[in-house]
Amino acid sequence: MSASAASAAPGRTDFYLAEEEHHEPGGSTHLGFWIYLMSDCLIFAVLFATYGVLGASLAGGPGPRDLFDLGLVALNTTFLLISSITYGFAMLAMYQSDQKRTLQWLAITGLFGAAFIGVELYEFSHMIHEGAGPQRSGFLSAFFALVGTHGLHVTFGIVWLIVLMVQVTRRGLVPANQRRLTCLSLFWHFLDLVWIGVFTYVYLFGVLR
Amino acid sequence: MAIETIASPETSFLFGRLTWAALPLHEPILVATFIAVVIGGLVVVGALSYFRLWGYLWHDWFTSVDHKRIGIMYMVLGLVMLLRGFADAVMMRLQQSMAFNGSEGYLPAHHYDQIFTAHGVIMIFFVAMPFVTGMMNLVMPLQIGARDVAFPFLNNFSFWMTVGGAVITMTSLFVGEFAQTGWLAYPPLSGIANSPSVGVDYYIWGLQVAGVGTTLSGINLIVTIVKMRCPGMTMMRMPIFTWTALCSNILIVASFPVLTATLVLLSLDRYVGTNFFTADNGGNPMMYVNLIWIWGHPEVYILVLPAFGIYSEVTATFCGKRLFGYSSMVYATVCITVLSYLVWLHHFFTMGAGASVNSFFGIASMIISIPTGAKLFNWLFTMYRGRIRFELPMMWTVAFMLTFAIGGMTGVMLAVPPADFVLHNSLFLIAHFHNVIIGGVLFGLFAGIVYWWPKAFGFRLDPFWGKVSFWCWVSGFWVAFTPLYVLGFMGVTRRMRVFDDPSLQIWFLIAALGAGLIAIGIAALIIQIAVSIWRRDELRDVTGDPWDARTLEWATSSPPPPYNFAFTPVAHDIDAWWDMKAHGYRRPLEGFRPIHMPKNTASGIILAGLATVCGMALIWYIWWLAALAFAGVIATAIWHTFNYNRDYDIPAAEVTSVEGARTRQLIGRA
Repeated sequence: MSASAASAAPGRTDFYLAEEEHHEPGGSTHLGFWIYLMSDCLIFAVLFATYGVLGASLAGGPGPRDLFDLGLVALNTTFLLISSITYGFAMLAMYQSDQKRTLQWLAITGLFGAAFIGVELYEFSHMIHEGAGPQRSGFLSAFFALVGTHGLHVTFGIVWLIVLMVQVTRRGLVPANQRRLTCLSLFWHFLDLVWIGVFTYVYLFGVLR
Repeated sequence: MAIETIASPETSFLFGRLTWAALPLHEPILVATFIAVVIGGLVVVGALSYFRLWGYLWHDWFTSVDHKRIGIMYMVLGLVMLLRGFADAVMMRLQQSMAFNGSEGYLPAHHYDQIFTAHGVIMIFFVAMPFVTGMMNLVMPLQIGARDVAFPFLNNFSFWMTVGGAVITMTSLFVGEFAQTGWLAYPPLSGIANSPSVGVDYYIWGLQVAGVGTTLSGINLIVTIVKMRCPGMTMMRMPIFTWTALCSNILIVASFPVLTATLVLLSLDRYVGTNFFTADNGGNPMMYVNLIWIWGHPEVYILVLPAFGIYSEVTATFCGKRLFGYSSMVYATVCITVLSYLVWLHHFFTMGAGASVNSFFGIASMIISIPTGAKLFNWLFTMYRGRIRFELPMMWTVAFMLTFAIGGMTGVMLAVPPADFVLHNSLFLIAHFHNVIIGGVLFGLFAGIVYWWPKAFGFRLDPFWGKVSFWCWVSGFWVAFTPLYVLGFMGVTRRMRVFDDPSLQIWFLIAALGAGLIAIGIAALIIQIAVSIWRRDELRDVTGDPWDARTLEWATSSPPPPYNFAFTPVAHDIDAWWDMKAHGYRRPLEGFRPIHMPKNTASGIILAGLATVCGMALIWYIWWLAALAFAGVIATAIWHTFNYNRDYDIPAAEVTSVEGARTRQLIGRA
């Protein structure tokens, strides 16, 4: 600091930092990822709004009551909610630096996610088989777009989860990997939250209507 | 249903629906353009090879994660696309001034319709957006005393995605066709039944590829501003340009996902045969119009807010005064940010939403003029009793204030629903939004280019050619668009190709003359850049602060070193650099430390290239290539995450040598 202080006015000697502050690498990642999630949230908002506008446009075709099997949806919801809990256990294991248990819980999470996708694909194929595909009516277009986009997100999450399992296996729970696991955790819980909206707004309200 | 159209017989496995017929060999205008582009391209490629510049471009620019270089590349993209967008404008002006008294003009309808669509899309997405994003990239990190943006790789990737979108849009000129729908592609016209060809698909994928880049760059710059300000720079000490950049990027993140989702739904209608926006089977085209404007209205504020920021910096610098009403400027910016979300329906008052809805949106639209007016008064009061230096950036600012005030007032007229019913879709509207976009956004960008050019390159722009460009642009703007206000009042609607009433022709001729003046203005701009590069030694600035400016970007050398600041600055006041100068700041000459910086990477350009190929394949229904390119994008992204070694240290010795060279330069000047 002395170099700058020589002729400076009193009280204003610190024009710059002589010692570089230590920045945690990736210190902004969580904020950035959170903002990304909010932008993703807006995509879902558009799809929810579209479902809200087109949800009653049956065009003489089948409606929610004819198509939705609440038992199946309850099963699926359970899979996804449990996967959120197991991801939470993976994070707890990560905080205890227990690499093996982290990987185990991640694997279980992935399996529940895959089960969710499996049931969803079964539901979709069943509906399409019955002639209630996305082309049938505005309602079905909006339904497939909203639920399908959520499903695509979960699929993407599973791919990411597998990649992270490989990376944790290769490099261990280094800070970079911990950061990535935290981001995927945010993503995974976010999808859970969206699903609660889908479950309530699309399936429950649909059958009630 | 649309499925039949998709499985049309011309679709082959290997090339989808791409055939030789897609090349517009029967259109002389396009063939001549193509030949000119090929010759120009060969000259550029030949020159780069002759001077052995490919390696330099690849290592120092294309794969660079330096925010300054990415910012400059954005500006180059914007300038190149400005030429294309303006060529479209000239063609429209010529057509409309010719097509009277039974003449059909020189453009067939399907070509003319592509031109007005391409003009709007290119000017907004590939001229204004790259200019604005480039300016924010170049200046904002320097203004907050940061070394780079928060996610440098993402920044490079965002830029190349924008380029990818531009490449897709430009390809439509020579392979196939562009949309003939107008720049927002309203369904059902943009649906598969009414636009079965590739035009709308070019539109969709061009915007989707570029849109991903824009959203990611928005996230990146928000995090940069929130997390990476230098010590002492509280939110209320940020330069106004940084404030407007923050608000603009918040708007990007809060609106571009809406565009993405809306275009996905439109593509589902076109590719899969769904019924979101169809006129039958329960679809609702007005849903599209609402959604696209929920993105579209914030978009105009994404463009104009940073321009307001530029005017604020320029006014304070060239009046030698602190900006009048700093806090009110910040609050006005934030107010506009919020309000821009509550007015989208004013773009379609005539849709028939009813008196209550129209009243709400009409009043909300008019309210925006209050914070905007506050800004105008702030600039005026800054000038009041300031020592005004009428250098080029200040001239652009004054031209903006005069032009934009009128554009704003015609905007308030359009915000009155009963008046809008008369003026809707007329040339009055066209004149209004060109008045605010040219007079607001473009003038601001020109002011910014002249103002920050010395910071980016170390020499000033030639003032003579700049003044030629200025006077041609400003007078040309008024000659070109005043007739459109008049015609709009007379009820002439937009997007017309031929006219019956011969009394209208004189106005179109005057407008064409204005376009000619603007053409001279653009030519003068290019001459200005060329002359300045030629005379760079005479125009050299070694001080790093040629305008006696106020904010931190002027505290470092021009051009700044890769690490921006050898020591992270500390802000004590709103105008941090002015404050440093006033309190006897001395440049540090010793004690340099190693500086931690991100490494360059080719992942961004590879990912964006694959995404562009994927978009092109989807446009032409070449499914195997689309699947392959998409898999390539995922694989490359995953491969990129396996690279944990992304940073390096610039050794203290290198910093010392760079700073020592600068010290010698400063002594040599004195």
